[in-house]
Amino acid sequence: MTGYLFHTDQDRREMLEAIGAASVQEIIDAQVPADVQMKVPLAIADGLDEMSLESLMRSLAAKNASAASHTCFLGGGAYDHFIPAAVDEIASRGEFYTSYTPYQAEVSQGNLQVMFEYETLVTQLTGLAVSNASLYDGGSATVEAVLMSLAATKGRTKVVTTTALHPQYRQTIDTYLESIEADAVVIEATSNGTSESMIAAIDSETACVVVQHPNFFGRYEDVQRIADAAHQAGAIVVQVFDPVSVGLIKRPGDLGVDIAVAEGQSLGNHLCYGGPYLGMMACREDLIRRMPGRIAGQTTDRRGKRCWVLTLQTREQHIRRDKATSNICSNQTLLALRATIHLSLLGPHGLRETAEHCVAKTEYARQQLSRCQRLEIVHTGPVFKEFVVRDRDGDVAELMQTAFNQGILAGVPLASWYPEMSDCFLVAVTEKRSRAEIDRLAEVLSSSLAAV
Amino acid sequence: MRNTQATQLIFEMSRIGRRATVLPPLDLPVPAVDQLVPKDHQAEAPLPLPELAEGDVVRHFVNLSTLNMSVDTHFYPLGSCTMKYNPKRNERLCSLPGFSAVHPLQDPATIQGLLQALYELQGMLAEISGLPGVSLQPAAGAHGELTALMVAAAYFRDRGENRTVVLTADSAHGTNPASAAMVGYETRTVKSRSNGLVDVDDLKSKLDGSVAVFMLTNPNTLGLFDSQIREITSLVHEHGGLIYLDGANMNAILGITRPGDFGADLMHYNPHKTFSGPHGGGGPGAGPICVRDFLAKYLPQPIVMKNGDTYHLGTGENESGTNDSIGRVRSFFGNVGVLLRAYCYIRTYGGLGLRRVSEDAVLGANYLLSRVKHILDVPHGDRCMHEFVASASKIKKARGLSAMDLAKRILDYGFHAPTVYFPLVVDEAVMVEPTETESKETLDAFAAALFRITDEAPELVHEAPHSTKISRPDDVTASRRPIVRWTPE
Ligand SMILES: Cc1ncc(COP(=O)(O)O)c(C=O)c1O
Repeated sequence: MTGYLFHTDQDRREMLEAIGAASVQEIIDAQVPADVQMKVPLAIADGLDEMSLESLMRSLAAKNASAASHTCFLGGGAYDHFIPAAVDEIASRGEFYTSYTPYQAEVSQGNLQVMFEYETLVTQLTGLAVSNASLYDGGSATVEAVLMSLAATKGRTKVVTTTALHPQYRQTIDTYLESIEADAVVIEATSNGTSESMIAAIDSETACVVVQHPNFFGRYEDVQRIADAAHQAGAIVVQVFDPVSVGLIKRPGDLGVDIAVAEGQSLGNHLCYGGPYLGMMACREDLIRRMPGRIAGQTTDRRGKRCWVLTLQTREQHIRRDKATSNICSNQTLLALRATIHLSLLGPHGLRETAEHCVAKTEYARQQLSRCQRLEIVHTGPVFKEFVVRDRDGDVAELMQTAFNQGILAGVPLASWYPEMSDCFLVAVTEKRSRAEIDRLAEVLSSSLAAV
Repeated sequence: MRNTQATQLIFEMSRIGRRATVLPPLDLPVPAVDQLVPKDHQAEAPLPLPELAEGDVVRHFVNLSTLNMSVDTHFYPLGSCTMKYNPKRNERLCSLPGFSAVHPLQDPATIQGLLQALYELQGMLAEISGLPGVSLQPAAGAHGELTALMVAAAYFRDRGENRTVVLTADSAHGTNPASAAMVGYETRTVKSRSNGLVDVDDLKSKLDGSVAVFMLTNPNTLGLFDSQIREITSLVHEHGGLIYLDGANMNAILGITRPGDFGADLMHYNPHKTFSGPHGGGGPGAGPICVRDFLAKYLPQPIVMKNGDTYHLGTGENESGTNDSIGRVRSFFGNVGVLLRAYCYIRTYGGLGLRRVSEDAVLGANYLLSRVKHILDVPHGDRCMHEFVASASKIKKARGLSAMDLAKRILDYGFHAPTVYFPLVVDEAVMVEPTETESKETLDAFAAALFRITDEAPELVHEAPHSTKISRPDDVTASRRPIVRWTPE
């Protein structure tokens, strides 16, 4: 039989004898009523040995294009950043990989110290006082920040955000707010930015404003002004930030933000079709007891030695049950470990250079694409690592297909989220893209003109 | 032998000017970066991140890893968490770039192999649960609970029914009431009887038209299959409510009984438990949910669908063109890396093999129970499914040894501790889940160690563990005066 079972027939006999049962079926029959037991086997194909599984999975993998087989200019919340070999090597150690939540601190100091280091790194990236040990992903982290804000401003029910916030994050917020007393007000992002209309929407009912900066289109937002207005109205400011961008631009904490959240995929985590990713969250010191998720803290052991534990657990579901700050239990520690290793390798200079390469290469790509007759650069103002391109022929699908056939994942079509941008797509350029690859993108997209 | 430097923090190891990452030269005909980024957005100071060489980083984290117990290195009978062997082949295969380097916004036409695996996984999860509607989107078990309760809420809204209460069992995991509260439900607790099963009279007294869902774990967190399951589910259905099955304990019943067959309407899986996803020091997991046909249209989207020979991302059960889905509960498709490992796992065992998994999990737990019951009190009888809960209550009275003491001392014997103080319905609970991937010798050694401990001098046990890097930490000070980040002296 295929699989990973241990017991020999002899083991089974001896075990049953010790139990005092004739068979496992007898043990099951004593508990599971006959009328709910399955009468037929599961309709799932027979098991596979390792070689057969390997050929199955290799054949399935071979049917997928990826950022490994194609040149990837896709972004929209997940990016083809470089991952150093040391990240994969270290994170695949079984002692990290096959352990679980550090309930027994004495035999989990490795994981707990990593969590403490991760939390510290996140405070350094955000300029905020405290971080948790991870949430599921950028979208759910954003919702958790909204829920935290609603709880911290009890009685207020308005959540102000804009169309320049990741559309899937907005959809996630909408889903969660459906069941509770709160509503999201979504401000239309205009070509002049969104701060004016956002500020106008903030009132005494507003629990929080959620602003993504750099935003979904790669553009910079005036977070500081929004924060000032929000604070005057007693609202909380949530910023969705890009952890690579803060190598170069001001941090959420420097801008007056109260809660910063991010998708941490960019920090050493594989694209993997959307998950597992890393939800990052940091906040002001006084909000710490409202934070969702695990938090590692420093303490001493009985001999006075410095060590680390899970702390402030009275916020959590296993203690507080229906009064908990969140229901999260399993989180994304392994991805936080990868981010910790990645940031340790990058250091301040590596992260800054990564951000600089993104900005410079994105600018270069904008220049090159602006020369293609068929294309128009929609926003000409400064951007970080993404920008919106309009296809004057209005056939984004054909353009993407042409590029794909030439080995390029050229961009993310915006039609399904932004009907008014049905002729637009989003191009992301990370430090991994070479000048030659960008030239080739421009060449392929221009030659598509000739085909028309 | 131990490298003492390993417990320095990366911040303390930092030296100005050290670095690991070097990028290729940047030579593009574009203006300097400080002209591309508006002045008022530019950071004023460099980030205070640590500066390390690659060798520092590797040695640091490798040494830290050796301070953890893990499934790869130790028996890890952490009840409710199903810490089974994590197959290495799944790691190799799921790391193939054809899976791991796929961007979440790629056109479905470019990822037919991946979508095939996910589509087949949906079908397998439906088959194992007996519930046809599947969403792979939730990121963990608790997230699945939350998502399924949103599905239930949407269903009742559609029917114009104002149901405000979710019932949870007193033995339920904390995530159950926490999830219900996040969906705006008031939670009420249903008691269990002294035999550990649902107190049906208590359930009856709490059932009325305000109850939306009864969240049930079966087998429950005591490791007992509730033989009244038909009666319980019928009662709830008669009152117009739905049954949610917390699938954390699916490892006990694969191919033996199906939630859909015993009356559940919605459930989640924890593929990181049942289907061997490595637990990663706390995660990632995944939390796919399965629901009855009439609830399928409310599931989050997208769902993988098949049309002829091609797979696409579809919008569920919906023919009328309207969209009844609750929407998204996260960004992108789901925790695909974990889901693919589950797919590999299920393909490795096949239908019959999965039943063998559960049979062996039941065998191992009952065998260990047969040994432990002579050492500790096991209040709920001498039969269980895949796990059992002992109590240190008597030995605490007799010898002053608490569940916590036993847990700490067992570490010295080279075993991870069982779950302790959960479920809440057992005093001084010691919850043991050996899983099917542990040998008889290991189970014997664990029982022998437990036996020895109960005979050891109480002072020795109170001071345990003795062999670990640190002794017991001061949790109280940690939460009274939280230090949650490193700061320079
Ligand atoms: C019985 C039970 N229910 C729910 C959960 C929550 O699952 P997850 O940690 O995947 O969110 C757990 C996990 O520990 C559990 O043991």
